[in-house]
Amino acid sequence: MADAGDLKRLPLEDLHVAAGARFGAFAGWHMPITYPAGVMKEHLHTREKAGLFDISHMKLFRVEGPGAAAMLSRACPLDAAALEPSQSKLSFFLDEKAGILDDLIVTRLGPQAFMVVANAGNAVADEQHLKAVAKDFDCTVEPLDRVFLAVQGPAAEGVLLGAGLDLASMTFMHGVEPKKGWFATRSGYTGEDGFEVALLPAEASAFVELLLADPRLMWIGLAARDSLRLEAGLCLHGQDITTETNPLEAGLLWAVPKPLRSAEAPFIGARALSAAIAAGPARRRVGLKPEGRQPVRNGADLFDADGRPAGVVTSGGFGPSAGHPVAMGYVRADLADPGTRVFADVRGSRLPVDVAPMPFTPHRHRKG
Amino acid sequence: MPQVYFTEDHEWISVDGDTATVGITDYAQEQLGDLVFVDLPAKGKKVAKGDPAVVVESVKAASDVYAPVDGEIVAVNDTLSGDPALVNSAATGDGWLWKMKLADKSQLEGLLDEAGYKKLVG
Repeated sequence: MADAGDLKRLPLEDLHVAAGARFGAFAGWHMPITYPAGVMKEHLHTREKAGLFDISHMKLFRVEGPGAAAMLSRACPLDAAALEPSQSKLSFFLDEKAGILDDLIVTRLGPQAFMVVANAGNAVADEQHLKAVAKDFDCTVEPLDRVFLAVQGPAAEGVLLGAGLDLASMTFMHGVEPKKGWFATRSGYTGEDGFEVALLPAEASAFVELLLADPRLMWIGLAARDSLRLEAGLCLHGQDITTETNPLEAGLLWAVPKPLRSAEAPFIGARALSAAIAAGPARRRVGLKPEGRQPVRNGADLFDADGRPAGVVTSGGFGPSAGHPVAMGYVRADLADPGTRVFADVRGSRLPVDVAPMPFTPHRHRKG
Repeated sequence: MPQVYFTEDHEWISVDGDTATVGITDYAQEQLGDLVFVDLPAKGKKVAKGDPAVVVESVKAASDVYAPVDGEIVAVNDTLSGDPALVNSAATGDGWLWKMKLADKSQLEGLLDEAGYKKLVG
């Protein structure tokens, strides 16, 4: 584990310390893992009311210029020019083998301007990648220093309204710049309705104070962020999707527009993705529901009923809202139907696990 | 009156004659967070000092609880199968993990007393 002194610090760290956070290392950052309420209460509170997450470890890039749409359509399996103003799309950076370098959200800010939100762990590589691709296009890639907050849960819209940010008319997977230097989207990583708001560090403490004046809102740490996204069936890059997985086997082909599923599409990895689609997946990402109370964790090997290798668990834990252990992982394509029983190796025992539909808790996004 | 010892791995051992009850300390349960599963050993299992005897699982991770001394497991806290959170709410009481018959009582001398443990966790 990295020395705490080598880790990057959140601009609002003092607020987390004052809130009683327990910290840990994640993706090179010193992050709040839990607050005094604990992961279970934090998780349930988010689904019942609203949770406030500091996600400033994630990276925002502003891409602007006459060539911005074409550049993003080269970097991602995405038709950026077809995005409506304020529309957001999930996409990826792929390598030439169609392996997933990172997953990200692209939002159209204007005719020639886009926002890209990428993962913390890949921020440095993503910046190099985007800038390298951008060399062939007439556009700029500007990494932004922002405090980035997520407000998630059924009360999120009201909480933001109370803090002076009226985003009620915006629907799921849309984003705008509500003030100079700010960026807000109706999206998130919990399966709940909610928003992500990036703002200038100098204005962040005051805004957080306004938000937390609403008694429905409390700080939520990274532990509950992980259990919320796992219940929602959402992938964590580095575990559930990596350069060793492609969007087809990850079950994310829905994010690739149909006309782009061809070897001639302009994005990096098009040839390999098209070949993978033609061949069909050898394995698929699936939900996994352990039979009993015992969780199965990332890295546990899976076996079929005959004891042959069946795949591997990539995320696993307990689902506080589901009320049982939840997991996801990859299984051989012939075992991917819901209800198929496989067995997870946990400390030498083979635990029965059923392939299960995801999400484990229904999504409650505001689709308008 | 049972004598209570502690380990640097944040277990408590309450010794009554040749039998000891073992659990994790309040400090340990707080560090682990909400427990969702406790993997208990079979009765009759012989364990040596330092062997993983129990696995406690929180929402996020699994952690070993080690045998503090040599001995034989004579009872496990079956209540925890249905209510693992008892370890959080009553770590040093109803949330005990197992009872063991001590193989060598002299091993207890190497353990911490309450004052020593309090010093360790500050």
